[in-house]
Amino acid sequence: MAEAAGALLAPYKAVLASRIRAQRSYRASFALDLGSSLLVGLVELAEVWILFHNVTVLGGMTFPSIALVFGLADMAFALADLAFGHCDRLPTYVRAGTLDVFYLRPQPLLAQLVASDISLRRLARCLVGAAALGYGLVAADVQWSPATIALLVVTFLSGCAIFSALFICAAGLQFFLINGAEMTNAFVYGGRYAATQPARVWPGAIKVVFGMVFPVAFAGYLPVLRVVDLPSPHPFPEWAGWAAPLAAVWAWLFAIACWRWGVRHYQGAGG
Amino acid sequence: MRAAVRTYGKLVASGFRQESHYRLAAFAGLVANVTFGFLKAAILFAAVRASGGHLQGYDVGSMSAYVWLSQGMLGMVNLYGSHELGERIRTGDIAVDFARPVDIQGAYLARFMGGRTFTLIPRGLPSVAVGALTVGMAMPATVTPYALGVVSVLLGTAVSFACVYAIHVLGFWLVETRGLQLLYMVVSGFFAGLFVPLPLFPAWLYDAAYATPFPSVMMTPINVLSGQLTGLAAWHAVVVQVVWLAGILLVGRLLTNAGLRKLEVQGG
Repeated sequence: MAEAAGALLAPYKAVLASRIRAQRSYRASFALDLGSSLLVGLVELAEVWILFHNVTVLGGMTFPSIALVFGLADMAFALADLAFGHCDRLPTYVRAGTLDVFYLRPQPLLAQLVASDISLRRLARCLVGAAALGYGLVAADVQWSPATIALLVVTFLSGCAIFSALFICAAGLQFFLINGAEMTNAFVYGGRYAATQPARVWPGAIKVVFGMVFPVAFAGYLPVLRVVDLPSPHPFPEWAGWAAPLAAVWAWLFAIACWRWGVRHYQGAGG
Repeated sequence: MRAAVRTYGKLVASGFRQESHYRLAAFAGLVANVTFGFLKAAILFAAVRASGGHLQGYDVGSMSAYVWLSQGMLGMVNLYGSHELGERIRTGDIAVDFARPVDIQGAYLARFMGGRTFTLIPRGLPSVAVGALTVGMAMPATVTPYALGVVSVLLGTAVSFACVYAIHVLGFWLVETRGLQLLYMVVSGFFAGLFVPLPLFPAWLYDAAYATPFPSVMMTPINVLSGQLTGLAAWHAVVVQVVWLAGILLVGRLLTNAGLRKLEVQGG
C-alpha cells in the first residue's frame, strides 16, 4: 500500500524538488524575493497595528487578540499561497499552452497544476504571521487548556484548507474569466484581508460573503473568540468557533465544483 | 510643436481605446474595488466610532469619502503599473521602441494617461457612486476643490507612471525586476495611503511616508478632492506633486539614456 502510494507520488516529488532547486540557485534574486515577501507580511501587520495605535478596542478586540486573528489567518494564507498560489495565474498557463501539455500527461490536471510551482519565498511571510501569533498568545488573555491548544491546531489546519480552496476556486472560475482574473482577487485577496479583521464590524452582506460563502471568518476570528472568551457576534453561534473544519469541507466542495465546471468548459487554446 | 501635440494626442487616444476593449477586465476590477471598499469602510468606520466619532480629523462622512475616492482612484493611478515595459526590456523588444521617432518616456506616459483615464468610466466613477449611494460621503460644496482635484488626480497618475517607469528601466542593469516590483508595490501602496489614511499613522511613520513621492500619488489627490486640504494648503500640495513629477521623470530619463548606452540586442 505504502509502496503503491510512493510510486504514485514519485513524479510530483521529482517535479517539486526541481522547482525548489531552481529557486535556490539564483541566490541574489531569491534573497530579494524573500525580503520582499517578509515586507509584504510586515506591511499587512502594520496596517492592523496603525488602527490600534489610534484606538484601544476595535470590534470588541484589543491588539493582542487581533494579533492572534492576524497570526492564524495570515500564516494559513501564506502556506496556502506557497502551495496553491500560482493556480490563480491559470490564464497565463492557458495562453502559453502549458495547460494543454498537462492534458497530455497521465496525471490528474489539478495535481499537475499544483505541482507546477512552489513559491518558497512565501515562507518569509509565514514568519510574520508566526511572530504575531506568538505575541498574541503571550499578551492576550488566553484561557489555556488542552482544548485551547486543540482548537488552535485544528483552526490553523482548517485555515490552510480554506485558503487553498479559495485558490482552486479562483482557478476554476478563470476558465471563464480569462481577462477578468481580477474578479477572483475580490474573494482570494479580499478574503485574506477580511480574515484578519474582527468580523463584528462587518455589515450583514459582508458577513454572508466572508462568513458563509467564502468562510474566511472561521480561519481566525471566530475561533479566537473562543480562545480569549468573547461573545460571538450575530448571526454566528458560540460553537461556530469550533466549526472551522466544517467551513473547510464546505470550501473544498465549492472549490471542486468550480474546478470541474471550469474544466468541462475548457476547449483548448488551439495550436 | 503642433505636430508633437498631435502625436502625443494620438498616443493618449490609442491608450484609451486599447483599454476600452477589455470590458470584462474592467468589470472584474470594479468587483474587486467595491469588495475591498466595503471591507475598508467597515473597519475604518468602526475605528472612527470607537474613538467617539472623530479620529485624526475624520468623521464617518469624511472617512467614507476617503474610502470610496481611494477605491475609485485605484484603476486610474494604477500603483501596480503595467509589466509591458519591463518585459520589453527583458526580451530586447525595447530596441524597436528606441528606433521609433518619438521619445520613449513621453510615448509610454501618453498611452498610460489615456488608458488610465478610460478606467474612470467602468471602475472609478461606479466605485465612488456605490459609496455615495450606500453609505454617503462628505464632499465639498464649492467648485474649486473639484477643479484642483482633477488636476491633482492627473498629476498623481503621472507620478505613479514616472515611478514605475524608473523601476522598469532599472531592468537594463538587473534584467529581472520582478522582486523589485513586488517590493515597490508593497511600499508604494502603504505610503500612498491605500489601506489606512496617512493622518492615522504615528508621527514618525507619517514623516517617513511624506519623505517619499507616494503620498503625491493617492493621498494628495484624495485630500484635495474631498476638501481635507483647502486654500493655500491645497495649492501647496499640488506644487509638491509637480516637483516630484519633474524630479522622477528626470531620473527616469537619465536612467534611460544610460541604459541605451549599455543595451545590446542580438539579431537583426
